[in-house]
Amino acid sequence: MEFGLSEEQSMLTDSIRRFADQNVDAEALKSLVDGGEIAKPSLLRGLAELGALGILTPETAGGSGLGLLEACLVQQALGRNAVPVPFTASAILAPLALAETEAAEAWLPRLASGEARVGVGIGEAAGRRSGTGIELLGTKASGSARFVIDGIDADGWILGTVGGGLVLVERDAKGSSCSALTTIDGTRGCAEVTLDAVQATVLLEDGADPSRLARMLAAGRTALAFDTLGACERMLERAVAYALERKQFGRVIGSFQAVKHLCAEMAADLEPCHSLLWYAAYAADAYPDEFELMACHAKAHMGEVGQFIARTSTEVHGGMGFTHEMGLHYFFKRIGVNRQLLGNPDQVRQHAAALQGWRRAG
Amino acid sequence: MDLSLSEHYEHYRANVRQFLEDQRELWQQPMSDRDGRPSEAGRQWQAMLIEQGYVCRTIPKAYGGHGGEADILESFIAAEEFHRVGAPTGLANQGISMFVPTLLECGTPEQKERWIRPTIRGEIVWCQGYSEPGAGSDLANLQTRATEDGDDFVISGQKIWTSSAHFADMMFVLVRTEPDAPKHKGISYLILPMDTPGIEVRPLKTMTGRAEFNEVFFTDVRLPRDQIVGERGEGWQVANTTLKHERGMLGDPGQANAMLARVVKIMEEETVEGVRLIEHPLLQDRLLRLQARAEAMKLHGLRLLTCGLKGEDPGVARLIVKLNGTILNHEIAAFAIDVLGELGTLYGDSPHLRDKGFWQTTHMFSLGLIIGGGTSQIQKNIISERGLGMPREPKPAAKGA
Repeated sequence: MEFGLSEEQSMLTDSIRRFADQNVDAEALKSLVDGGEIAKPSLLRGLAELGALGILTPETAGGSGLGLLEACLVQQALGRNAVPVPFTASAILAPLALAETEAAEAWLPRLASGEARVGVGIGEAAGRRSGTGIELLGTKASGSARFVIDGIDADGWILGTVGGGLVLVERDAKGSSCSALTTIDGTRGCAEVTLDAVQATVLLEDGADPSRLARMLAAGRTALAFDTLGACERMLERAVAYALERKQFGRVIGSFQAVKHLCAEMAADLEPCHSLLWYAAYAADAYPDEFELMACHAKAHMGEVGQFIARTSTEVHGGMGFTHEMGLHYFFKRIGVNRQLLGNPDQVRQHAAALQGWRRAG
Repeated sequence: MDLSLSEHYEHYRANVRQFLEDQRELWQQPMSDRDGRPSEAGRQWQAMLIEQGYVCRTIPKAYGGHGGEADILESFIAAEEFHRVGAPTGLANQGISMFVPTLLECGTPEQKERWIRPTIRGEIVWCQGYSEPGAGSDLANLQTRATEDGDDFVISGQKIWTSSAHFADMMFVLVRTEPDAPKHKGISYLILPMDTPGIEVRPLKTMTGRAEFNEVFFTDVRLPRDQIVGERGEGWQVANTTLKHERGMLGDPGQANAMLARVVKIMEEETVEGVRLIEHPLLQDRLLRLQARAEAMKLHGLRLLTCGLKGEDPGVARLIVKLNGTILNHEIAAFAIDVLGELGTLYGDSPHLRDKGFWQTTHMFSLGLIIGGGTSQIQKNIISERGLGMPREPKPAAKGA
């Protein structure tokens, strides 16, 4: 009986944290993001060398063959520094989509080495808005996918279809176009991919295995929750550090109960999130029947806690927290985008209700 | 991550289960008499629990305990099994949870010999004389005085929030013996029979409508001076030694989940305008929010358990439990009342009462738990100071200085 991270998992976390601290401190973050550099080759190379990009990829395909929990611990460590690199789509979602498909051999090793990147658009599976959705006719895909995660400058896109299938479209495929969406979060790129009868590689036929897309969605939600967890850890640490340094009325503001209690509330909300998220990610392999529901709990709850901490940490910083200079806003915005991607808390809770049989699914 | 149990512990679980099954007839009897004291069945059950080591596990055999080694996982498994079937977890009073651990640490051999066995067996019932009207969160400010007169202390003053005082045999009480010493240094820890002349107990009815607590008044109460644990003036340290000892059976980590399951049952059964409440999207949303928090706290408990097994200090993770747990239970009860609507306001023996009034009782009682045992505000001080390393509130400057 051990409910916690193993020594190997802690070492993994430490190695990514160290890498992030060395390469993306507050100064570097500002210069990268303000310069629009969200896929710096040296950062991607570094992550590939640490084994982070191929963490879910089988060893036979050049990866480390670890589980979703390990992949999510990397995501958390990246969130802690708001590291501006594409990770979630290529390192977590794509290997799940490509597993046991004919395209795996061509793509997985290149994704693991950082040589190639894909964007993943499965947001429509969480709730399709009008004017979106990919329809598949034979091997020709048409329609549009919005909020394709890490879709900008990707070598290809893996997209969910309205019929519950998955297709892979190469960047230069005839009839495809990709436009960047400008979100508040400058650390990662979301894209809209539009297809007009584009020749696609069908990774999963429509209706062939609905659980496949459902599990990808659950994995994506879990990963985004971990990213928010990391960002929240940083925001709380920074709030406490600032409160111990900033003086008003002749004493550090961290000695006022009004400020201390805000910090205590953040800690009280954040601590149990670790356990909830660990279990959700662990359930992917260990308790697959519970995975989807636990991923919903993780995503929805972390979204709420994230919103509270993003606001409260900024408040503890007073006027400085509101400035661009302080750099807190990168975390605030990243948390804000994570909350909405792949279903916001309200949508996800409705999904969780359906999973428990309390309403019709879909 | 590995939530499986070794063969030894699976075997242990099976034994606990079998024991509870075999003894069902006994533990389904009332554990206390009408006046609140342990019943015959309650004492019999307690004796069996001690024999099995489910309670008083590490208390030496010489003092009537089980005399075993601590095993956090076995204790956790036993607690899980007891809570699963709703079996009573043994006698719970502050004599067992607070006084016995204090004696084990600070008592003389004679005191241990005399008090521990009858206390853990339920033959002597204790109450705790700590809080006073002017000493709540600031407990060390207590003013009940004990002055020396010949071989006796003479005690005068008042205690409040004293559970069980109306039927207890004994009280362990903090009093001020050195009025000129700094407030933490002038306190002594005394042992006082409740039938001593000069003690008056008045029940204190709470918002639940029940007298869960009492006020206790002392007027020139005489007590032999040797009825003290530790030395004079050391009472504050003595009272703070209990932390490292077991406090009876572990709480139920799945309690919030179990409460939610009861709410779900109501929502599945009751309809408004012909629609089952469980299908109401707004209620679903509130339910799901609570469900995630309950899951998180249950899993958080497993994380703390693991830290305990490894001998690691979980730090801030441990400090948040009281704050979060009490608020969550209160909010679940509040939600259940909303689910019931007007029916949720019914109380006592009203027609149409649901769940015997459990939700209103729990809603109010859990508010008491948010306040008692260190209010949520005190908890936030503890979290920020001990957990996050933030400074204490500076003392106000002395007047006229």
